[in-house]
Amino acid sequence: MSDLALLGILSTALFSGTSLLYAALGELVGQRAGIVNLGLEGVLLVSAATGFSVTALSGNPYLGILAAAIAGALMNTVHGYLVISRKANQLASGLALMFFGFGLSAWIGADYVGARIVGLPRLDLPGLAGLPEVYASLVRFDILIWLVVPVAILVWWLLYRTRWGLGVRAVGESPDTVYASGRSAQSIRYQALWLGGLLAGVGGAHLAIAYAMNWSENMTAGRGFIAIALVIFAKWDPLRAIAGALLFSAAVAFQLLLQSSGFQVSPFLLSTMPYLLTLLVLAIWGGRRRAAAPASLGRVYQGTE
Amino acid sequence: MSPPEQRGAMTSVRPSVAPVLLRYGATALVAFALFGLILAISGKDPIASYRDILASTLGSTYGLSEVIVTMTPLLLTALAVAIPSRVGLINVGGEGQLIMGACLSTWAALTFAGLPAWLLLPIMALLGMIGGAAWAWIPGQLRARGLVNETISTLLLNPVAALIASFLIFGYWHSPMDTNKTAVFSESARLPRLLDTRIDLGLIMGLALLALFWYIMRSTRWGLEMRALGGNPVAARLNGLPARRYTIVALCLGGAVAGLAGMAMVSGYYGALLANFSRGVGFLGFLVCWLAGGSALGIVVTSFVVSIILAGGNLLQLTRDVPYSTINILLAITLFAVLARPDFTRLRSAR
Repeated sequence: MSDLALLGILSTALFSGTSLLYAALGELVGQRAGIVNLGLEGVLLVSAATGFSVTALSGNPYLGILAAAIAGALMNTVHGYLVISRKANQLASGLALMFFGFGLSAWIGADYVGARIVGLPRLDLPGLAGLPEVYASLVRFDILIWLVVPVAILVWWLLYRTRWGLGVRAVGESPDTVYASGRSAQSIRYQALWLGGLLAGVGGAHLAIAYAMNWSENMTAGRGFIAIALVIFAKWDPLRAIAGALLFSAAVAFQLLLQSSGFQVSPFLLSTMPYLLTLLVLAIWGGRRRAAAPASLGRVYQGTE
Repeated sequence: MSPPEQRGAMTSVRPSVAPVLLRYGATALVAFALFGLILAISGKDPIASYRDILASTLGSTYGLSEVIVTMTPLLLTALAVAIPSRVGLINVGGEGQLIMGACLSTWAALTFAGLPAWLLLPIMALLGMIGGAAWAWIPGQLRARGLVNETISTLLLNPVAALIASFLIFGYWHSPMDTNKTAVFSESARLPRLLDTRIDLGLIMGLALLALFWYIMRSTRWGLEMRALGGNPVAARLNGLPARRYTIVALCLGGAVAGLAGMAMVSGYYGALLANFSRGVGFLGFLVCWLAGGSALGIVVTSFVVSIILAGGNLLQLTRDVPYSTINILLAITLFAVLARPDFTRLRSAR
């Protein structure tokens, strides 16, 4: 195998891992505030469809990213209204949100199936001018790929080093305590869901505008669920989520590598790895896992009336 | 992820009927108005669309039979959630269990195609239940040993099952004509149909199992013990109930019922195994069971209503040129509207 092919595989793997990490970070922020969103798949679909259609309409991919992020935040607002304000069951609301996403994204994207867009431009890395063009083209990534690790670190910094993040983590552990300390558990949870929606929306945008560069119904193909698995795998820590996403990218690379070197391993079976690995890791960590999950995760906060 | 409030909601007492009906009516109205708005934005006439949906589903014998065809797997996947919920377990893995059941019974249909129906169908049903139960046994064991919460593990195993099904179909089972589905099953591997319609025996199986579930929960020792474990696990364990065994058995029974739904879908509705055939029926089962408060009668009523919406979506696609998935918006808005009013289950029972 030539260096060039290897580099190509690594580049593809990074591309496919980026949207996953954004989505996982979005889910992670919500879960740290105690809110599970099983509808992440739907959020990704709607933001991908929105991002793609806005890009196709305006010809500006950055506008597409912005629209996708807002769409993600709006989807999370629906979930938030149901589970925070109306105190609905989080799992049921999340699944309903998933079906909503299936439908809404098909509706938004219906006119844009097969449309051509200007993809997210790739930025040149300074200092690569001396490299042969074929190599340089493979390490030329778009801005969202360059930003994904800094964003993950930023999310970590927000959660662990700011007063706002302390509030988010506190509300995930014990909303009553937050209430007693004079802050509103509800509004903190909304804020966390909004940030999470923005991040997931960016992930959906990257999928449609930079990675696939087209829109088709159900194009996320289960990425939302991989992202949820990744959050658990990462023990609700943004920095570990980077490692998890890298592991996923490595798995994709490995899969492509096997295919290109003539090994006949079913891509379907290889795709089960992220789920099985997460399950295995959970089983091995066993009882200790529970200490890592936010204590009030999934619980309805009834308030103090 | 399985706090007591949620368990309470699953097994709550029903409040008096009239205000509930009124609220459901208002809820449905809100949902239909919102979806009408969406139809209007895309330039379709909402009122005519709704007339089409109603006329095509409830207005004719054929339409009604299509609603019941859609309802059949929902009855079973909702029951697959209801059984474990009585012990306080949350099974979000109906989708995966259904797919595994479908896979195993497809194997039987393809391997023993020559057997007569009276022998082949029971074999397929049995294998379907084994497939679903096996897929639920893994989360059951993990939960009973205190290793992994069943909500997470059942959820994670769904995509794995879908991928295994794709692996089998694309790799081995596909027919010479298509790559994404098996050949049509032999006539002996098809569930018999009722009264010259597309309704098959799966409906009878679903209704019978729901009746059995209702009877067992109400009138047997097992039902009492399961309700005790779901209601107050600590007290139940102190009274010597085998909590671990019930955890595994309840999840496996739920999985078996979901697997049977998978068998009914491939043997009755499709007559073949298709990649991604389930279209989220397993997840819908969770929503139906949750909305129905886990009661047998409630599951029948709720899945009937959900099926009207889904069957209507098929028609909208044909006559109004709206993508099929769009009907999920109406379904979801209806669910949102019900979820936004949790007072008719949780708050009342908590009082």
